[in-house]
Amino acid sequence: MTKSELIEVLARKQNHLPYKDVEDAVKALLEQMSEALSAGERIEIRGFGSFSLHFRPPRLGRNPKTGDSVPLDGKYVPHFKPGKELRERVNASRGRSSG
Amino acid sequence: MALTKADMAERLFTKLGLNKGEAKELVESFFEEIRTALQHGEQVKLSGFGNFDLRDKNQRPGRNPKTGQEIPITARRVVTFRPGQKLKARVDTFDGQQEPE
Repeated sequence: MTKSELIEVLARKQNHLPYKDVEDAVKALLEQMSEALSAGERIEIRGFGSFSLHFRPPRLGRNPKTGDSVPLDGKYVPHFKPGKELRERVNASRGRSSG
Repeated sequence: MALTKADMAERLFTKLGLNKGEAKELVESFFEEIRTALQHGEQVKLSGFGNFDLRDKNQRPGRNPKTGQEIPITARRVVTFRPGQKLKARVDTFDGQQEPE
């Protein structure tokens, strides 16, 4: 399912809302989630999961073309931990369909 | 302070002018439709944000960390999140000033 398919499903189910409102809302939600993470803030959605930042320490990388080693700065990467309901629902569907 | 569904509904109310009931319902449905797709074995790709992928794991040996007793970890299907380029780039510049909890 892509973002536009998600918008379509939501627009069909929330049929009291114009399509444009649903589209703007989905974009606003994803933007707000990205903003929160970019500011180092966690996201906690019960039954879905939580997003947080994990620190990756500085390391020596390599230029794949020349083989020279290059020092890389430490950085933060987004991390998602699925919540209980999501874990259980996904696992219950195992074997019935394939990803 | 973590971002919650209530904060997200509030933003739809203040920024987009949805009424509070609609905003709350839309936030709820947003996460529910993602869960439903994943439950049906479908990958979810939200461009600019990231992809929720499914992985089937085989059974592997595990241990009860309290008793040390060996118990197999059963085969299971799990969700993984792969952040998109845009989100990675935005988060990468986080300076660690506000310590992530």
